[in-house]
Amino acid sequence: MGAEGPGSGGGREKLRGEPESRRGAGEIGPSGQGAGGADRETPRLHLAPSPHIHTPDSTARIMWTVVATLVPIIAASTWFFGLSALLVIAFATLGALLVERGFGERGSLGDGSAVITGLLLGLTLPAGIPLWMAFLGGAFAIGFGKLIFGGLGQNIFNPALLGRAFLQAAFPTALTTWPALAERWTHVYASNLALPLLSPGKVDVVTMATPLGLMKFEHQGTDLLKLAIGNTGGSLGETAGLLILVCGAYLAWKNYLNWRIPVAIFAAVALSSAVLHAVKPSLPGAPFMLLSGGLVLGAVYMATDMVTSPVTNRGSWIFGVGVGLITVVIRLWGGLAEGVMYAILFMNALVPFIDQATRPAAFGTRAARKEVA
Amino acid sequence: MGTFHHGVHPPELKGLTAGLPIRRMPFPELLALPMRQHAGAPARPLVKRGDRVERGDKIGQAEGFISSSVHASAAGTVKDVRLWPHPDGSMAETVVIEVDPISPQGLRPRLVPEWEGLSPREVVEAIQDAGVVGLGGAAFPAHVKLAPPADASVDVIVANGAECEPYLTSDHRTMVEYPERVHFGLRIMMHALGVERAIIGVESNKPDAIEALRSTVPPDLDIQVQGLRVKYPQGAEKMMLESLLGRRVPSGKLPMHVGAVVQNVGSIAAIAEVFETGYPLIERIVTVTGPGIRRPANLIVPVGTRIADVLEFCGGMTQDAERIVLGGPMMGNAQPEPGAPVLKGTTGIVVLTGEAIARSRELACIRCGRCLEACPVFLDPADLGRLARAGRYDEMLDMHLSDCMLCGSCSYVCPSHISLSQMFGLAKAMTRKLERRRKEAEQAATGAAA
Repeated sequence: MGAEGPGSGGGREKLRGEPESRRGAGEIGPSGQGAGGADRETPRLHLAPSPHIHTPDSTARIMWTVVATLVPIIAASTWFFGLSALLVIAFATLGALLVERGFGERGSLGDGSAVITGLLLGLTLPAGIPLWMAFLGGAFAIGFGKLIFGGLGQNIFNPALLGRAFLQAAFPTALTTWPALAERWTHVYASNLALPLLSPGKVDVVTMATPLGLMKFEHQGTDLLKLAIGNTGGSLGETAGLLILVCGAYLAWKNYLNWRIPVAIFAAVALSSAVLHAVKPSLPGAPFMLLSGGLVLGAVYMATDMVTSPVTNRGSWIFGVGVGLITVVIRLWGGLAEGVMYAILFMNALVPFIDQATRPAAFGTRAARKEVA
Repeated sequence: MGTFHHGVHPPELKGLTAGLPIRRMPFPELLALPMRQHAGAPARPLVKRGDRVERGDKIGQAEGFISSSVHASAAGTVKDVRLWPHPDGSMAETVVIEVDPISPQGLRPRLVPEWEGLSPREVVEAIQDAGVVGLGGAAFPAHVKLAPPADASVDVIVANGAECEPYLTSDHRTMVEYPERVHFGLRIMMHALGVERAIIGVESNKPDAIEALRSTVPPDLDIQVQGLRVKYPQGAEKMMLESLLGRRVPSGKLPMHVGAVVQNVGSIAAIAEVFETGYPLIERIVTVTGPGIRRPANLIVPVGTRIADVLEFCGGMTQDAERIVLGGPMMGNAQPEPGAPVLKGTTGIVVLTGEAIARSRELACIRCGRCLEACPVFLDPADLGRLARAGRYDEMLDMHLSDCMLCGSCSYVCPSHISLSQMFGLAKAMTRKLERRRKEAEQAATGAAA
């Protein structure tokens, strides 16, 4: 939006007070000369609503910073699961980007949100998943998780998790086959290369149960230190708990994620599982529940997705506690070993109600009520 | 140190002019004095083309109580009374004066009222007659606040020296250079309101102003000088009262309802001047600043001086100047027309360059919630913005749109660069219009029925 002030375009040579007739205003037009003085090239004036200064932060900067913090996590998963990890994440992201490019608004790739969706989806997948499935998941996540709702900011559910839920429904076996850790970081699992829609056959995958699976189906514990560092079975990004926490802390410090949500989730999981463990010692204790499965990744990167989490701080606490409790319930009593994904998706659906219920009271409305009473 | 909840921290940017003493600008050759320089009814012009006026002569008469008079800020000849560009973007009835180049510009001898002998009512009348309005930007007639309704019990006067807008330093320099004037103005106001106590609130980034005010408090007056945390919009009346007194003005009410009158320190100094010298409000201190001006300054500018003349006196604009803002960068108006005049309420002229105003493309709201954290009156700008886009103004009113002060904090923090406060300003104007139409329709209906 730009407008050129009358008197800033021409008439620069005129002396002050000299007759001015360009606007047909008689001899006393408002501006007889350019504002910059008689002998200077007068700048072009721009109009815009206030405020005229702006925080240096931008949506694109937030998104790309999140992407940057995912890089070390991706590196760690490559260390544990070999090149397969990179390939799976790359294909998931490729699927997301192609759909965003093809069906999204023009230039929407630049805001970085589609990249985040692709990377996060990739991190929730097992290393041995056929690459075409990862690609399909990424495409579904953007197409049906985001664009169908109207694009950036409009979606109700976390797109990456919606993509994963789709894959889990469509390909349950592939999504729950957890290959053993790679011997070297250059390792590529044979099952990655399976062709679309063909049965992969029984490729020689050495599998390894996830800690949650061990707990649930075999009643076995896993060493907590291993859990924290990440050299256990599981999805690509769900193993490096400590690293994710460090990256999340950085984002929270930058105010790029609402720290209340992960804190509420961890607190709810820790408290509820500690109580349950005390009542029934055969159930796992708080440290195991916190470090196993996708809880850390989900709490730090998925539940804090701004679009699908509450805007109010009080709402964020409620949202986080809800995610934590539902996770514990699904893990301990549900048919699945892991429940973080469904817990977050379920709470996503409640966000509009949480927001409405926790909307702050306008300044002076409480006092007014008191005065009336 | 007192503060309020929420708010934002824009860069202060006051260094360009904070240390510059106030200077007087020479009289321009032409003055444009709009009859509407204040909130309320415009003044009625008292002069016509060809009239000779002296400096300080009344040229516009206040129309009613919520209105203010306008005076000639230099001696000269009335060239015309006509429509002229107004800094708010409209055209307004304006007395145009060609300044007499050889006049000494002395003030016409005027009786200085002895304030001690005046009743509160006479003080109020003298202030209205002198055309004093709020100099902090909103230009609400200063005398109205000194005549509270009978049922209001005011027990404290708050002098607002926050000057929380970035860049501006006119109040700062007033407090540093004329602290006695602020105290004297408070004395008059305390006399008019029958109040024993006053507090001056100053943001702590102006320690020299706090020191100057503290060291000059008259021993017989109960005037406290309090530092405030630096945060925008600290200078908003409601925020000020919460920070200094912990009093929260109810939604839709005025500071009077919590027993306080808030007035900007510049206006208080202007009230003092009326009784010290008899001067009406014909000049004010304006901060001319920003990266796009060659010689930033704090200037005493005759009211009605064209923006272009002020800029020229300050060395003109730089090559890369892109925007002239009247007032501070958070709430000020961008000017399309450098021929528009400086008004009584013009706190500063800020010239911004492309670098200072660079904004990226507007994106969709990502519901980050920063606007909720910023809004000093606890609204939900994200949801209000959604409703504004859809034109659902009634629902916006239910969400307390009328409490929005258009401070711009939400727009400032929005990472998607959504012009929230602009939409709210529009919505407020639309709701006022719709309300007026509804009333007219009701009147028409009852008229037809009768």
